[in-house]
Amino acid sequence: MEIVVASSVGVLTAGGVYLILRLRAFPVILGLALLSYAVNVFLFATGRLAINAPPVLQLYSEATYSDPLPQALVLTAIVISFGMTAVLVMVALGAYLEADHDEINMDSPNTDEDMSNKETGA
Amino acid sequence: MSHWIIAPVILPALLAPIIAFVMRHDISLARAASFAGTIALAAITVGLVIMSADGSTHVYTLGNWPAPFGIVLVLDRLSAVMLLLTAALALIVLLHATATGWDNRGRHFHALFQFQLMGICGAFLTGDAFNLFVFFEVLLIASYGLMIHGGGRVRLQAGLQYVVMNLAGSTLFLFALGTLYASTGTLNIADLALKVRELPVEDAALIRVAAILLMVVFAIKAALFPVQFWLPATYSNAPAPVAALFAIMTKVGAYAIIRIHAAVFGPDVAVLDGLIGDWLMPAALVTLAIGAIGVLGSQRLMPLLSFSVVASMGTMMIAVAAFTPQATTAALYYLLHSTFSAAALFLLADLVVSRRPGGDALRAEPPIVQNGLFAALFFAGAIGMAGMPPLSGFLGKLLILDAMADTPHMVLSWVAILLGSLLIILGFARAGSLLFWKSTAMAPNLQATPEATPLTPDSPAPARALEVAPTMAALAALALLSVFAGPVTEYLSAASHQLFDGSDYVNAVLNLGEEG
Repeated sequence: MEIVVASSVGVLTAGGVYLILRLRAFPVILGLALLSYAVNVFLFATGRLAINAPPVLQLYSEATYSDPLPQALVLTAIVISFGMTAVLVMVALGAYLEADHDEINMDSPNTDEDMSNKETGA
Repeated sequence: MSHWIIAPVILPALLAPIIAFVMRHDISLARAASFAGTIALAAITVGLVIMSADGSTHVYTLGNWPAPFGIVLVLDRLSAVMLLLTAALALIVLLHATATGWDNRGRHFHALFQFQLMGICGAFLTGDAFNLFVFFEVLLIASYGLMIHGGGRVRLQAGLQYVVMNLAGSTLFLFALGTLYASTGTLNIADLALKVRELPVEDAALIRVAAILLMVVFAIKAALFPVQFWLPATYSNAPAPVAALFAIMTKVGAYAIIRIHAAVFGPDVAVLDGLIGDWLMPAALVTLAIGAIGVLGSQRLMPLLSFSVVASMGTMMIAVAAFTPQATTAALYYLLHSTFSAAALFLLADLVVSRRPGGDALRAEPPIVQNGLFAALFFAGAIGMAGMPPLSGFLGKLLILDAMADTPHMVLSWVAILLGSLLIILGFARAGSLLFWKSTAMAPNLQATPEATPLTPDSPAPARALEVAPTMAALAALALLSVFAGPVTEYLSAASHQLFDGSDYVNAVLNLGEEG
């Protein structure tokens, strides 16, 4: 159980980081989505892994329970990362339509300047 | 329990959707509502500063759930002064955006602006680490909208970078919070402060990872080396009023480092063993160096100002990294100063750049209208940013140097701050003389017939009083900060002692004083 959760967090994170480093809008979006899945699974595990246990304290017995707080945190994180991904897609789309390419890297800030310098200097 | 504590969050949160849904077709209505809301916010924050000035820590338990089970908002001197700073800056920026018509160049400026204020105020007030994450997201999602306000190819590309950078940062924040929860079992800041001090030294590994992860996250927000690289591109491509408002966003990161790493992972925590300061200090020194060299090397005005913001964050974090009450007082004073001086310079740059044919390129061009006025304002702003007397930057740097004098990092930090100041002075002097001084020597064709000079139809209009007023207000804030440096530092010193003492905060939040 532990090895499954741990390795899935690891694999998702590795995939996410790799995709983010591709520096193109679409892989980066996928990479960030993978990263947010990784962090959601990770948050689940922070309340310790307990199987078949209710997320509440038992009043009449010393039964084990699974920590309800990480589950609430994960829900919040899922909602936020969902909204953020939507915003990211819209911004990426806008940048793609304006620039005609989807590279995250920007041109050097002095490029336009140098060109206009040459024009006015001539 | 005073309900006014939550007002700085509730007011913009209610106002923003009303502006977005009801007033979206009427810019003057939206402006009026936005102004009314921001003025009310300023009034409330003044009240909160007065309320917290007696040194008491006010706690607002949301839903009346007792901490650490429910979320709390906490108002002490530090958060009160940050709120006041936010409201004052917001008023200045809003006036500029309205007077220059920036708010009408895209949609929903005022709604996003109010959401941004909600996130910033919430981040300053919250007493819960996960809630801090939520408010970070609120202010970020509003800042994404503001960053690309007005559109344009370069701005959208810079905006995309900014969004990607911050989304990665948010993921890191969640990893850090998860690690923190796994090792302590709580996310309430006051409870964390207690639990971290009770941890046995053998279990230090996880909590050290969490503390460093959190520091990296806040360093992204505060633009510290090695994660400072997003700032110049973002600030120089954002609309100028938004860049001025973003002057407070880096301070949110700085505030979070001060709050979390001084109160929770303070220097007295055995399991951390001074780890944070050891890493923060070199990062701050390198940040200052990068900023200063960037100021000297910039070919354009907006990147130059952005690098000066990076340098000011470096200067401030040097003082924060010392983690002593005296140094934190200096850091807070410098924080107030650098927010206003960055805002003043960005607002002024907007007025100048929009009137120059060459935009923000640093090269001599025929003088623009009101060259003298803009030159004088730029001179004042540059003095403030570079830290020369008589404005408050000088006092701030002096306080920091004084506070660093009896720490082991004295030599390095003095050299860095003094050399950095020299480079920044040189950079600003070069920019100012290229922009304003050399241009007066160039005789434009129009000057031959003086009476026709200002009347060509395409020549930019001179700035109206209302357009210059926000810049002057920000500069006046710098002057006030240096005139009233005594009372201000007294208040900030009380705030940082309250922060480092910590027992007040913990007792008030966890209600230990009355029941336990």
